[in-house]
Amino acid sequence: MTHYLDFEKPLAEIEGKAEELRALARGNAEMDVSDAARALDAKAAALLDDLYKSLTPWRKCQVARHPERPHCRDYIEALFTEFTPLAGDRNFADDHAVMGGLARFDDRPVVVIGHEKGSDTKSRIERNFGMARPEGYRKAIRLMQLADRFNLPVVTLVDTPGAYPGKGAEERGQSEAIARSTETCLRIGVPLVSVIVGEGGSGGAVAFATANRVAMLEHAVYSVITPEGCASILWKDAEKMREAAEAMRLTAQELKKLDVIDAIIPEPRGGAHRDPGAAIAAVGKSIAAMLKDLDGKSRAQLVKDRRAKFLDMGSKGLAA
Amino acid sequence: MNWITNYVRPRINSIFSRRETPENLWQKCDECGSMLFHRELSDNLNVCTNCGHHMAISPRARFGALFDGGVFAEVAVPEPVADPLHFRDQKKYPDRMKAAQKATGEKEAMLVATGEMGRTPIVAAAQDFSFMGGSMGMYVGNAIIAAAQQAVKLKRPLILFSAAGGARMQEGILSLMQMPRTTVAVQMLKEAGLPYIVVLTHPTTGGVTASYAMLGDVHIAEPGALICFAGPRVIEQTIRETLPDGFQRAEYLLDHGMLDRVTPRMQLRDELIAITRMLLGLAPPVKGDLPAPDKTEAAAADPGKAPGPADKPAGDAGENTPK
Repeated sequence: MTHYLDFEKPLAEIEGKAEELRALARGNAEMDVSDAARALDAKAAALLDDLYKSLTPWRKCQVARHPERPHCRDYIEALFTEFTPLAGDRNFADDHAVMGGLARFDDRPVVVIGHEKGSDTKSRIERNFGMARPEGYRKAIRLMQLADRFNLPVVTLVDTPGAYPGKGAEERGQSEAIARSTETCLRIGVPLVSVIVGEGGSGGAVAFATANRVAMLEHAVYSVITPEGCASILWKDAEKMREAAEAMRLTAQELKKLDVIDAIIPEPRGGAHRDPGAAIAAVGKSIAAMLKDLDGKSRAQLVKDRRAKFLDMGSKGLAA
Repeated sequence: MNWITNYVRPRINSIFSRRETPENLWQKCDECGSMLFHRELSDNLNVCTNCGHHMAISPRARFGALFDGGVFAEVAVPEPVADPLHFRDQKKYPDRMKAAQKATGEKEAMLVATGEMGRTPIVAAAQDFSFMGGSMGMYVGNAIIAAAQQAVKLKRPLILFSAAGGARMQEGILSLMQMPRTTVAVQMLKEAGLPYIVVLTHPTTGGVTASYAMLGDVHIAEPGALICFAGPRVIEQTIRETLPDGFQRAEYLLDHGMLDRVTPRMQLRDELIAITRMLLGLAPPVKGDLPAPDKTEAAAADPGKAPGPADKPAGDAGENTPK
């Protein structure tokens, strides 16, 4: 069953009707509903186009968090071959909110790392809803260092509400782990490309997305804090998340204007969750293009390129 | 001896000194509630004389106590684009900035300076919690980069005093991008082989902790400082349990291996001198209040306001006798 977002209610009605008609026809051989159903389908498609043509920032947050949106695991399974997960931070534990390992992308060996949110209740709990603990970042650091030693490009897939705000996570140095992960991103002498596929939640996202090239799916979001968090601090009311989402400029389109990201990857009609295959293929194309762009650069150039990119960032503001 | 010294001068002095009398002669300790006389409190670097509670101190006051003779030269920070996102919550961001500038008398939430500390030339940067919660936006990022560049140029260690509620939300994603930006600054220092010492003061939280504040060669915290990534309230709401006493306080972090030391503010200067001199391979320090390296009365009399002559060529390793 499709999961509808609140602003998709009118769509749910139309698609529900079309589905009902078809079910009726299946039970009754003499009935021909194909015309009526097709008309409803066309209406639904038009409405979907309309809804997704100009999503408000808050609606984009909802789409980015859609439970059926393809996650890290889906991308790795579809785009990479010989994926060999590597586990553990060698200190404390293996964090299931972060998956990573060796794999081939277009036959080229790479290290792939990403946040995984899970796709059903059981896996969501196991993955801690994509909220990493220090061990997750330390695993990522370890894998990035491995890639650096063996000259393998690193691909990161970002999809997290943020780093996990828990007691143990704090005690084991959540801040330090994130800071070191960002530091490692900036240090490694191999190509590092990143795609924000869903939610780019604050420091938990930066720790992976401090890359030579950063792309973002059309309806993904990337921000310093969730709109709800921002609203409760600045508006003193978490319900003002729509206003906060608007003010924060967290959409791919605004971030491209600010030069925080390099490319926007188009999503299929109605968002990535309506056609995961198409969304995944588009992400694959983007990763290939970003890696190609970095081909032939020396280790020193790659480090310099990354640092310069971030040092220059924000120097123009939105006005530019 | 005569009526001029005994009578006229005191009268004249009293007329002038009366005008300088601050409105609040007494300040209440946030912790124990003691009423503290302002002069005693500032002599004690805003540490309660009764219970030892560390209250906020402005970067200027801190530098006044840190540098020899209170003399330092401010390092210019490149001005970022104002209000890059045209941000508006209940108030416009530029209005909030103006209010903060008026309340603090400072331009932004970080002050960078060069000078000598126990005859050890250093670059120092201090975050101002009273300026919009010390929050990290483009300016603070630029300040840290400028501090690191200056340190590399002058071959001096950087001592950074952190104090912030986290990222400046009014600068949205650009405040988040200060995490990698300031990390690049730290890497510049490390590659130049220069010590980078972080003094974490109350409070140091969020993206600030998760970037430059946790990447020091040495981490020292002031007693009782709250140091965390996610704040205690957020954690309580997430895990729905009460947190232990002293959770995320400096002493707790020391116990959990995140800090090297917890040091009271009054002892901080001597400790910083000792550590930086050892890391730099210099001779043992000279203790005590040293006069400004260059005797310029005007600058010494008004340490905060006038850029001092401290930014002179650094003394060589052997120069450690008080002048």
